[in-house]
Amino acid sequence: MIECKNVSKNYKSPSTGSGQAIENLVLKGVSFKINEGEFVAIIGPSGSGKSTLMHILGALDTPTSGEYFFDGKNVADFSDDELADVRKNKIGFVFQAFNLLPRATVLRNVMLPLVYANVPKEKREEQAKVALKNAGLEEDHFYHLSNQLSGGQMQRVAIARALVNNPSLILADEPTGNLDTKTGEIVLSTFQSLNKEQGHTIVLITHEMSVANYANRIIQIKDGQIIKDEKKYEGDRFI
Amino acid sequence: MKATDLFKETIAALLANKVRSGLTALGIVIGIGSVIAMIAIGQGSQSAIQSNIQSLGANLVMIMPGAQRGVGMQVSQGAGSAQNLTTEDATAIAQEVSFVQAVAPELSSRYQVIYKGKNTNTSIVGTTAAYPSVRNVQISEGVFISDQDVRGAAKVAVLGPSVRDDIFGAGYSNAIGQTIRINKINFKVIGITQAKGGSGFSNQDDMIFIPVSTDQKFLAGADRLTTISVQASAQSAMAQVQQQVTDLLLARHKISDSSLADFNVLNQTDIVATASSVANTFTILLGSVAAISLIVGGIGIMNMMLTTVTERTREIGLRKAIGAKKKDINLQFLSEAVLLTFTGGFFGVVVGWLIAFGFSKFGNILTKVSLPSIALAFGVSSVIGIIFGYYPARRAANLNPIEALRYE
Ligand SMILES: Nc1ncnc2c1ncn2[C@@H]1O[C@H](COP(=O)(O)OP(=O)(O)O)[C@@H](O)[C@H]1O
Ligand SMILES: [Mg+2]
Repeated sequence: MIECKNVSKNYKSPSTGSGQAIENLVLKGVSFKINEGEFVAIIGPSGSGKSTLMHILGALDTPTSGEYFFDGKNVADFSDDELADVRKNKIGFVFQAFNLLPRATVLRNVMLPLVYANVPKEKREEQAKVALKNAGLEEDHFYHLSNQLSGGQMQRVAIARALVNNPSLILADEPTGNLDTKTGEIVLSTFQSLNKEQGHTIVLITHEMSVANYANRIIQIKDGQIIKDEKKYEGDRFI
Repeated sequence: MKATDLFKETIAALLANKVRSGLTALGIVIGIGSVIAMIAIGQGSQSAIQSNIQSLGANLVMIMPGAQRGVGMQVSQGAGSAQNLTTEDATAIAQEVSFVQAVAPELSSRYQVIYKGKNTNTSIVGTTAAYPSVRNVQISEGVFISDQDVRGAAKVAVLGPSVRDDIFGAGYSNAIGQTIRINKINFKVIGITQAKGGSGFSNQDDMIFIPVSTDQKFLAGADRLTTISVQASAQSAMAQVQQQVTDLLLARHKISDSSLADFNVLNQTDIVATASSVANTFTILLGSVAAISLIVGGIGIMNMMLTTVTERTREIGLRKAIGAKKKDINLQFLSEAVLLTFTGGFFGVVVGWLIAFGFSKFGNILTKVSLPSIALAFGVSSVIGIIFGYYPARRAANLNPIEALRYE
């Protein structure tokens, strides 16, 4: 479903002193393939380029070199608007900082992607409620303002927002980073069941092995390179 | 993104910060309000001036003394230089110029008027029996000055209704036959003119008319005039009358170079044109002062929008992450600015109209809120929104989604 071929990303940051630009090689030739229905964790220490990789996978950014195929199309040289279309129709993001609209209700937050996707008004609420239920948020919170919720509830709203337009890929960057261990576990099992029961493809980014262990496949990344890519099997099946 | 969704998002965003949105829109309210009010006052006084001049009389050519004629038209500043028009000039015009219906000499100055210890200062106009027809004045009580009165330099006076009210009290009906003192000389009141209304310049309701001969003999002490009003027999003859009067007076005053003429001949049409252009300049001046406040309001909008864009950087990043295009973000912030200025413009029109209304109600100034100025106000406020919202909106649209999401 998605495939990276030798993806590299450089950041040119003008150095403060000498005036000479310093090349910062964040990703150095990353290649892998993720199939539909997989639950993959990308793990690595802070600064190893995980978020940078996720931005490329999420069509928020394009690689400096290499190819990135999404459903068979090379996204690496898409225009801004084409990238926006990929994000709109095929990708759902979950961020560490939730990024909900603070003064809007839960329902309005979840419906926001549908506004940009031109989904008819009558269908939006229905779709949003289904997504919220799948993300495990209780119905009596649907009309609360998003900043009146707890962190765990906010992240469920964010997951619902990522799910609402039935994307083919869900990307979560440190989704438990702002949550305590117990709430984090609940959120992670939500991802697990979304993958297991509804077949969503999920890429989870983390720096903790305990979090990565919820996934069925773990890609380890260090200094912009993949150092390990292994599927977890229990007997014959994915866990 | 659909228009209805855009509108909803816009309203929600503006209501999220009601006080700030309100204060920012207030700048536009004040700007548009003052533009509307100033234009209303300007246009009101323009039409007041025009109807005032029209009410001076029909087909009027006026001759006024002028020390030296400069460039363009100058209305004489008054008695200082007014030694050069005489009663003979007026008589000569009446006899020698063709297409003249009537000629009314005028000698006008302000004097102290006393009745039973009540003191007022008003305009005294020495003139002849021709005045009412030339200057479009009607008599409501008694009679106007007769040729007889002029020949005999009779000490008789005809009062304008405002003067009557001032010295006898409002609506006093026994004024005829009373004696008033003008500059310590007794005059008998023989008539009252009909109220013409109109305010400001040359209010005929606020004058006392006496025979010109009496004025020259007892008050001014010299044979001079401040104006000779000539009524042409038809509008088409006015230019001709003006030309003939000029030629005649140049000859009589023994001036060969017409640019050195010691008098001005004004045609009513010219006066209307001049006064209108003055009023027009006045309107433009008032309007531009108000327009500056509108620009200040627009800068307020821009300032607020820039703050908003910075504050909502994360939100912009999120919107982009869920599929908003540059165009969507651009449109959203632009429509916030435009809705703000448009709302401001609406209330500005209301406020401006109320100010204009207040001016005509309590300030006795004629105002005219015209439909074009309202349409203009709406147009201008939207344009201000677009102009001052453009840069902030573009800044929002061009934010890099990654940077925006990272923004703390
Ligand atoms: N926009 C950018 N400009 C310059 N350097 C960047 C930018 N974004 C990330 N980096 C650098 O890339 C490296 C990897 O960052 P990131 O992908 O966020 O790592 P991780 O998510 O694994 O902690 C870091 O050294 C960071 O400083
Ligand atoms: Mg990161």
